[in-house]
Amino acid sequence: MDLAAILSILDATIRLSTPLLLACLAGLYSERAGLFDIGLEGKMLAAAFAAGAVAAITGSAWIGLAAGMAVSLSTALLQGVAAITLKGNQLIAGVAINMLAAGMTTFLGQTWFSQGGRTPPLGEGGRFVPITLPFANELAGIPIIGPIYYELISGHYILVYIAFLMVAVTAYVLYRTRFGLRLRAVGESPKAVDTAGISVVKLRYQAVIITGLLCGIAGAYFSIAQGSGFGNNMTAGKGYIALAALIFAKWKPVPAMFTCLLFGFLDALQIRLQGARLGGVEIPVQAIQALPYVLTVILLAGFIGKAVGPKAGGVAYTKER
Amino acid sequence: MMSARRPIPRWADVALLPAINLLLALIVSGLVVLFVGENPFHAIQVIIYGAFGYGEGVGYTLYYATNFIFTGLAVAVAAHAGLFNIGGDGQAYVAGLGAVVVALALDQTHWLLAMPLAVIAAGAVGGFWAFVPGWLQAKRGSHVVITTIMFNFIAAALMVYMVNRVLKPASTMAPESATIAVGGRVPQLREFMGFFGYSPVNLSIVIAIAALIGVYILVWHTKFGYAMRVLGQNPTASRYAGISNSRMIMITMTISGALAGMVAINEVMGVQNRLVLDFVAGAGFVGIAVALMGRNHPIGIALAAVLFGALYQGGQELQFVIPGITREMIVVIQALVILFTGAMEGLFRPSLERAFMLFSPEQKAAAVAASTTKTES
Repeated sequence: MDLAAILSILDATIRLSTPLLLACLAGLYSERAGLFDIGLEGKMLAAAFAAGAVAAITGSAWIGLAAGMAVSLSTALLQGVAAITLKGNQLIAGVAINMLAAGMTTFLGQTWFSQGGRTPPLGEGGRFVPITLPFANELAGIPIIGPIYYELISGHYILVYIAFLMVAVTAYVLYRTRFGLRLRAVGESPKAVDTAGISVVKLRYQAVIITGLLCGIAGAYFSIAQGSGFGNNMTAGKGYIALAALIFAKWKPVPAMFTCLLFGFLDALQIRLQGARLGGVEIPVQAIQALPYVLTVILLAGFIGKAVGPKAGGVAYTKER
Repeated sequence: MMSARRPIPRWADVALLPAINLLLALIVSGLVVLFVGENPFHAIQVIIYGAFGYGEGVGYTLYYATNFIFTGLAVAVAAHAGLFNIGGDGQAYVAGLGAVVVALALDQTHWLLAMPLAVIAAGAVGGFWAFVPGWLQAKRGSHVVITTIMFNFIAAALMVYMVNRVLKPASTMAPESATIAVGGRVPQLREFMGFFGYSPVNLSIVIAIAALIGVYILVWHTKFGYAMRVLGQNPTASRYAGISNSRMIMITMTISGALAGMVAINEVMGVQNRLVLDFVAGAGFVGIAVALMGRNHPIGIALAAVLFGALYQGGQELQFVIPGITREMIVVIQALVILFTGAMEGLFRPSLERAFMLFSPEQKAAAVAASTTKTES
């Protein structure tokens, strides 16, 4: 394999891991606050549809992005009401959100646009265009560094840069701010946070809001950056991969980035490997597709280290009476 | 400080509350239908007629209901032991391997031989697919919800591989197994009763009814069922009572997976007559709604399964009669039922509790007394 081929796989890795990373960080905020979130998929899907539909109508990618974030946010708040205020089962709330999004997007897509669940293809301005970073063209000629800068670092959608920037932001917020400290505390011991006079409910809602906004960007990435319009069930289980990545990264932002890159790499490899042979044996593409899930199960079983989630995860907080 | 309350009567808990939640789901769905410019009452009319108005429709309703009974029971059995089996879809899917292998091997014999063996094979494969997450939770402490989700995806990848590379005969292009000959098929009910028209309802429904009765006996009339419920109510108490929690988790998950696996009998041997990709079509997730609505009780599950069967069949009809509405509307209703019955249970219970106290001053007095003693002590 030559440099160009390697670069093209790595380039695809970055593109494919972006939505995973955004969704993974989104889940990180909720789960660190003590809310299991298996509704990442649904929020992304709803956002992807809203972004695609609005961008198609307005012709503006930015308005599409805003619409995606708004819809994802309201979905997240619905989940929040069920899980925080009504103290319902967080897992069931997530399942409901995923199904609601799957049904609604297909239903509304078909009803509004009559194109088999697709939104109309997006024209100029309706989708984000790759950004060429400064000097990328000028440096492209330099051996090794030039192509790496040109192919790998430059030439991505703005949402890609936002996603990777969010890793640093999340790490800072989580470990260097008062909010982050409280967020981590509320996921470990909500009672202690409550005793300190801080509202558990408010903190958890803040976490849910951030989750909603980030899932919104992730969803919009599918329909108005990577794709040109929304397609039926566009997120195709990526929300669950993001969940797997979150567990794999043990609920930490920087490991989350590397895990998402790894899973994105597997995805890129899988596309590349269709029909490829290794030492005379054909590797089933499905085996690579299943790898993130298998790895997560193995990790959860504690065979490659233990993944211990936030202690208070999954339980609604009830003040003592 | 919350106001003094008493739990609502049992009949209200098992019938009234689910009914209110269902009504709410239908109202919200009706608003969605109204929002896209169609008449929700007309839609309901079409659904009811499509599901129950004529023999073939009833047959389809029962065919869908058969699947939902299996997946609903799978979720319910796990729920009694305090486990949330979200992997019914994957378990039913891989169980198709067991069903199709037996059916293809024995399709030159008779269904009286093939069907029981296929039930065992599908149950074993489906059970295994749930046993592994059960084992992982019991012995390694990994959360069964996450592992069953992961297993759904692993099942999907595995089945694509199996169908395309192993089971697909060289002569066909489509991703599907060889067709099962008549000897390996489960007989259709229409062979005995012309009433069902061309609908695919088949003898699998008998297994479904047997499973309903079996689960009832298992959960409420056996030592094992008692241990299961103790575990579900209070794992610590169960351990002190000398019950092996890890063993219970593994057995319960296996039973749950085996029940989900029965979907393969209905689909692979009863309807499709071959293994096709994604034949489960989300039935595992409908099972969650069915179990929630049916309050994990076989009678409730049977009723909820027929309700969802009717929604599915009616929804199929709906898209032909009202082109503005697609059958995804049914998925929306289903999701709303899960939302209101499962996650937002707290929405109506308090007001219902208060309403019941209004009608019964004695209850109110008792509740106030109970809460006062608690505060004083």
